Amino acid sequence: MPIPTAALEAVLHRYPVWRGGCLAQPPVRAVPSGHARLDRELPGGGWPAGTLTEILCASHGIGELQLVLPALAALSHAKGRIAWLAPPHLPYAPALVAAGLRLDFLTVVRAPGRRDALWAAEQVLRAGACRALLMWLPRTGYGELRRLALAAEAGVAIALLFRPLPAARESSPAPLRLALEPEGGQLAVRIFKRRGAQLAAPLRIPIPRPVHAVGGALLSPAFPRRQAARPCLA
Amino acid sequence: MALCFPRLSLDARLRGRASPEAADEPWAVVENRSVRVCNGAAEALGVRPGSALTAAWALAPQLRILPRDTAAETTALEAVALWACQFTSKVSLEPPQSVLLEVEGSLRLFGGAVRLMARLRGGLADLGFGALLAAGPTARAALWLARGGGETLQALPITAIDPEPQALALLRRIGVRTLGELMHLPRAGVAARFGEELLRNLDRALGRAPEPRVFFEPPERFSMQLELPAPAIEAERVLFAARRLLLQLEAFLAVRQAGIRGFTLRLLHREGRPTRIDIGSGTPHRDTEHWQRLLRERLEAAALASPAEAIRLEAAGLTPLARAAPGLFGDERGGAEAWERLTERLQARLGGAVVHGLATHAEHRPERAWHADAAGGSAGADEMPPGPRPLWLLEPPRHLGEGDFVLLAGPERIESGWWDGDDVARDYFIAARGASLAWIYRAREGWFLHGLFA
Repeated sequence: MPIPTAALEAVLHRYPVWRGGCLAQPPVRAVPSGHARLDRELPGGGWPAGTLTEILCASHGIGELQLVLPALAALSHAKGRIAWLAPPHLPYAPALVAAGLRLDFLTVVRAPGRRDALWAAEQVLRAGACRALLMWLPRTGYGELRRLALAAEAGVAIALLFRPLPAARESSPAPLRLALEPEGGQLAVRIFKRRGAQLAAPLRIPIPRPVHAVGGALLSPAFPRRQAARPCLA
Repeated sequence: MALCFPRLSLDARLRGRASPEAADEPWAVVENRSVRVCNGAAEALGVRPGSALTAAWALAPQLRILPRDTAAETTALEAVALWACQFTSKVSLEPPQSVLLEVEGSLRLFGGAVRLMARLRGGLADLGFGALLAAGPTARAALWLARGGGETLQALPITAIDPEPQALALLRRIGVRTLGELMHLPRAGVAARFGEELLRNLDRALGRAPEPRVFFEPPERFSMQLELPAPAIEAERVLFAARRLLLQLEAFLAVRQAGIRGFTLRLLHREGRPTRIDIGSGTPHRDTEHWQRLLRERLEAAALASPAEAIRLEAAGLTPLARAAPGLFGDERGGAEAWERLTERLQARLGGAVVHGLATHAEHRPERAWHADAAGGSAGADEMPPGPRPLWLLEPPRHLGEGDFVLLAGPERIESGWWDGDDVARDYFIAARGASLAWIYRAREGWFLHGLFA
């Protein structure tokens, strides 16, 4: 028996019914990612603060930092502290400046031991003195992720946890999970977990690369003229 | 106001020990084979001060005894005096067991005598001392009231004034039990029988005669030692004892209206050199909680090789510290402070070199174009490098085989540093390595991976 649409609408309005098509509105405000296409699909319209976000990437150097740098640059200009915890390599200061970050609001915690790294992550998140925490914690178990998620909820920072792509198969308490894969000069972002409806197709986010993409392949130099065509060393 | 410590001999030795365990075990301080002071657990078993050690053993075979250490008692009394200096500048020692404070000028600041007393009692308990407190119109009256535990001088037992043994015996014989009864005796007779001193003290207590006192002067440096009755290897037990010293340090700093940037804690072992732990902080602090947090991280990280028998806390380099005023315009200042505290905690546990800020440096060699600044350092307004730079820099550069990459763009030649013996001559290229964009260079030694465009 068909239900009249008006009656259905009335029911939906009268009761707190969550509709699968809506995105959750997080209580803590989000930091716009700087990529309009991504912001439209992220609950709250950006990287959610006070929430653990997992970013899974196939390898380092595919543009994973470029995806988050616009938000970090905006935060650093708003005098928000940004902590880098156990990055796989050195975050290179000249490139960060070129991306528009204020270095005086950046702190790096270099490769501590695994237990220390987890401890430090919790401290940073719970202290509430940081606006963003970027973490690289390989082989994180569910229990540890749960602790991180709780610590993130206790704080106000956007907590970005970078993990290798195979971790996508493991379950995780993080409310927002993204997988990144390079696709030509763009980054294919698959949001495979979020508070709201599943996203069917990956998003193609253009990110700044040092070389331009032509027809899916990376080609053509973006060097300043004066640098090019010099003889190489023997 | 008088602070009297009837169990000072015991407290001075036991306060390095976590309170619950010390309270449960019967302890006594012994002098000349008789019990001088014992704790509540020992009293519950029937041990009384003054009883012979053999009798005490018979009553309580598990009784643990310590020999009397007068030097430790003096140190403890001075520690109390130093701590009490934060309430008034007029603190005077009354050995062997009491400290006198002249608090009339401080009553308003601390909200009245009752509140001040509660604060003193709580603070002394935190330091590990059980005290009897009393307030009186004169120093001696307060002292006697504290010792005797009465409301008025008249009702105090005669023992509260601590007379000479012969005088006490004589007083008892003639039936004088309380101070009030003593006051009713004729003055001339009292002077003749019990000495001028007793009469003079009585006059001082009643305010009829002045009693000049020497005030305690706080030392210039803070250096305090605390004995651990049972050697401790666990961080928690060392920390417990250290907290008592930190509380003293806080009071010392409060007196000087100063803060410190760091202190040294030495753990003294039975054998070998003491373990030295330096705790530092970016900004001067006074707060015990803050220092305790930093110390906890360090103690938990540092595994002690052998048990500590005593700890010694030393602090120098006082910096004037004004009382922190709350921020007028929002929480930016509070945020900065929270950040500083966080950084200090991280540095205390992980080490100073691990937590750092980033800054650029005007230098062509890529590995020198940045430097680790103090945590949260500022960037120099330097000119930017001409070519693209990767967000990840590999330290050190990784050697690459010829077939590991596909060149996409370049080269950018960097040839610099001949003057300091660390010269480089490199051609940098952007290359694809699998899915990643890499920053590689060719030098005389071959190809190297130096960065990743993340």
